[in-house]
Amino acid sequence: MIAEAGLAALWLAAALALLQFGSGVAALRGEGSPLAALVRPVAVVQGALALLAFAALLLVFAQTDLSVKLVALNSHSAKPMMYKIAGAWGNHEGSMLLWVTVMGLAGSFVALVERRLPERTMIATLLGQAFVSLGFYAFLLFASNPFERLNPVPPEGQGLNPLLQDPGLAFHPPTLYLGYVGLSIAFSFAVGALITREVGPAFARAMRPWVLGAWIFLTLGITAGSYWAYYELGWGGWWFWDPVENASLMPWLAATALLHSCSVLAARNALRAWTVMLGVVAFSMSMVGTFLVRSGILTSVHAFAVDPKRGTFILALLAIYIGGALTLFAFRAATVTEGERFAVTSRESALVFNNVMLTGTLGIVLMGTLYPLVTEAFGERVSVGPPYFNPMSAVFVVPMLLVLTVGPLLRWRRDQLARVRLPMLIAAGVALTGLAVAISLAPGKVLPIIGLALAPAVAVASLLPLRGRKLRQVKLPLWGMVIAHFGIAVALLGMAAEGAFTTERLVALRVGESTPVGPWQIRLARIEPVAGPNWTALEATLEASYAGAAPIVTHPQARMFWAPVQNTAESALLTRWNGQLYTVLGDKADGGANGGRWQLRLWWKPLVTLIWIGGALIALGGLLALLGRVASDLRRLVASDKIAFRRQRQGR
Amino acid sequence: MTAIKAKHQRLILALIALAAILAAGALAAWALRSQASYFYLPADLKANPPEVGRAVRLGGMVKAGSVARAADGVTVQFVVDDGKAEVPVRFKGIVPDLFKEGSGVVAEGRLDAGGQFVADNLLAKHDEKYVPREMKDMTAARAAVRDTQ
Amino acid sequence: MTEASVKRRSWALWLPLVVFGLFAALFLWGLVRTKDDTVPSRLVGRPLPAFDLPAATDGKPGLKHADLADGKPRLLNVFASWCIPCAAEAPQLARLAAAGVEVEGVAIRDHREDLAAFLQRNGNPYHRIGADDLGKLQIAIGSSGVPETYVIDGKGVIRYQHIGDITPDDVALLQAKLKEAAL
Repeated sequence: MIAEAGLAALWLAAALALLQFGSGVAALRGEGSPLAALVRPVAVVQGALALLAFAALLLVFAQTDLSVKLVALNSHSAKPMMYKIAGAWGNHEGSMLLWVTVMGLAGSFVALVERRLPERTMIATLLGQAFVSLGFYAFLLFASNPFERLNPVPPEGQGLNPLLQDPGLAFHPPTLYLGYVGLSIAFSFAVGALITREVGPAFARAMRPWVLGAWIFLTLGITAGSYWAYYELGWGGWWFWDPVENASLMPWLAATALLHSCSVLAARNALRAWTVMLGVVAFSMSMVGTFLVRSGILTSVHAFAVDPKRGTFILALLAIYIGGALTLFAFRAATVTEGERFAVTSRESALVFNNVMLTGTLGIVLMGTLYPLVTEAFGERVSVGPPYFNPMSAVFVVPMLLVLTVGPLLRWRRDQLARVRLPMLIAAGVALTGLAVAISLAPGKVLPIIGLALAPAVAVASLLPLRGRKLRQVKLPLWGMVIAHFGIAVALLGMAAEGAFTTERLVALRVGESTPVGPWQIRLARIEPVAGPNWTALEATLEASYAGAAPIVTHPQARMFWAPVQNTAESALLTRWNGQLYTVLGDKADGGANGGRWQLRLWWKPLVTLIWIGGALIALGGLLALLGRVASDLRRLVASDKIAFRRQRQGR
Repeated sequence: MTAIKAKHQRLILALIALAAILAAGALAAWALRSQASYFYLPADLKANPPEVGRAVRLGGMVKAGSVARAADGVTVQFVVDDGKAEVPVRFKGIVPDLFKEGSGVVAEGRLDAGGQFVADNLLAKHDEKYVPREMKDMTAARAAVRDTQ
Repeated sequence: MTEASVKRRSWALWLPLVVFGLFAALFLWGLVRTKDDTVPSRLVGRPLPAFDLPAATDGKPGLKHADLADGKPRLLNVFASWCIPCAAEAPQLARLAAAGVEVEGVAIRDHREDLAAFLQRNGNPYHRIGADDLGKLQIAIGSSGVPETYVIDGKGVIRYQHIGDITPDDVALLQAKLKEAAL
């Protein structure tokens, strides 16, 4: 029953999206159409119904109702409750339902709260949102119904990929989806503004919170995904430039650019067409990412269940949305009037530079990700890895970070470099000192040296905008910027230190033997079998002592899951303030013979945790900025309501 | 600094953006030609070897009886063949679970001066859903399994 | 001058769409090509590789290549107890077996007790069931998933590969392929 109710809610929501779209079109065509009043309420109800459908899906997963095909395929009665719930979105159909649900709720929120934009632009925006939603509703209802029943009912579910039974991963994909959805709202705003040609500061201010929100979730999602790959895959790396990872990085790069161009448009009414363009690009990157991950056209280390049919559907949606938006752009952009001018040395110019460099990085990542597909069209099989991505993205990221050291200090419109001579000298001094230290510590490693030199300079420079201000009076958005930029420096330091100073050790040890790695001394104390709810494992007990201190015990495992059958290596990490010890248990070294030596792979990774701390700081910066913006928006809203109320009372 | 006098600041900005994006594209295209690692079957590798030290991937079947472990316990030595040619491979590390004699493998690494393939990474994922796309064309290698079993 | 630059710009505004079109074409090509992943094994038309699998369950013998070259065409069904489509195709296999078709099974990465329970629930149309615990035979015969069903002729040559579960509509097709293989 619950499944049927969910399906009914989904159909109703789809019908309302159609109504929202239709009445929006009617309202835009005929001035003063009565249908205009319908758009906002319909958007609200549509969101509520989508939420109802999603709640139904959560319920059937919580109950492990195996008569629902999706549950039977992705869940198992023996699974812990948290993973049962997470199973609802840990698959294609459920994640698509989550997507439309959040998009519907976001639409409801816009419809309820947003009053800054001219009503026509608002209607055009909600029309855009309904249009995007409609595609996803069609996708769900016609090609991936999450509520499909199974007959006969299987006695047990097929389980979830054991690699996915992990708290990090249970919440990592939905975080990314929330980011994608936020970008789809930004896209709707961009389309709405293009339709009515009202691209201006009001549009930027209305769009900005959604871009910020999306960007925060994308940042968190990428950070969490990177950490997940780091400890779960057991390969010791934190970023593999895998298509699935790139698929999440590309929307982030576009959203970061959009965020910065948005602030130019909001503050100075410049970069008008460009901001709209970025809005389209950012959403198209999240669609391209979804497409790449779901269609399986690229081979990835993250094994996802793929289905070319879904790929076709997503590609069709991609073509309709993005093709349509770009066509609209081509027709309308020339008639969007030019924004305000600015000088070469100005905050605007620095932000334009940031945008161009981010777009360049995006291009590098996109090309590298798709290149295997291109060469395959010509009959050659290739794979593209870090030797390409690392230096090529550095070509754009390094200049961007250099400009980041001064950009935030520049004034809008026109400035003199002489005015910021002191901060520039400070940053340059820090960078040169860092460079000297880095060269002496890690000779020959080019990229890590650049990173080690840049990170402290960016860190110092990111704090400079606070110079000479009373800290209590600094507004939240400024704090947000400072913390986010500081987070970039922190993450960069982590990446560079990991690249420069990691020591790795691969050994075969008998029980009782020990080996050094970096400052650590590791002793293999014993190997024992252990069992979990749906796996058995061999567990090593390692006694690790740092620089002669008392040993700390850690337990890497080699796990065997049985539903479905799969073996995984569970790495064990020891975290200190100055880095992480990373241990992996391998096979028996001599194939069982020769008196039991065990393979161990050990890494000492100094400062590696800074990568994810930096990521979290960046997201925190975004959150502060968002809170600041929303708070001031709300204040303005309340004030305007009061004025309206007084006017009404006075009968004016 | 002076303000831009040109009337078409927007045009200049657009051109800068376009130039940067084209530069990114050109840079990417140039780098990809030299950095992408190509996929080889043993027969291709013998017939047309890549330069020593260049990153490539080698796919084929692990020849039965060829896997030998070195005394250090962490280096394996084996032969990849496709029924036409054989390439000796050395790998230092923890081999994946599905790495078995007579089974398919994709080795990422490079050829050394002695004609041996030094692998950094082994991919041997033959679970029920995943077959590396490269393995699709390995009819010869598959047929070779028949002989080795 | 002004007009020319406006013209140039409006032409440039179409560039993003063109670039997007190129990407979309590439994606489309990628999708069309991905279908190749389910192309039949290149081993169709070739004899089965040599193999000898132990019995996967009590009461049914194991499976070796010689069993499949006794002059009679038959089906070779690659399945597993942990695979839901395999349960879905069980009635169709039962129908084929009832119609006199000999069905041989290969259980992929399975456990004895799970398999016994699976056969108990879904019926046992199999003549023999071999246990392929490492999926070795599966790879050797070019099967990339479960379930898959092969038509093997009397000489042990693969004549046809059916990818995915056997739906009621597929039964007639398999019977026709078996008839072809008998010629």
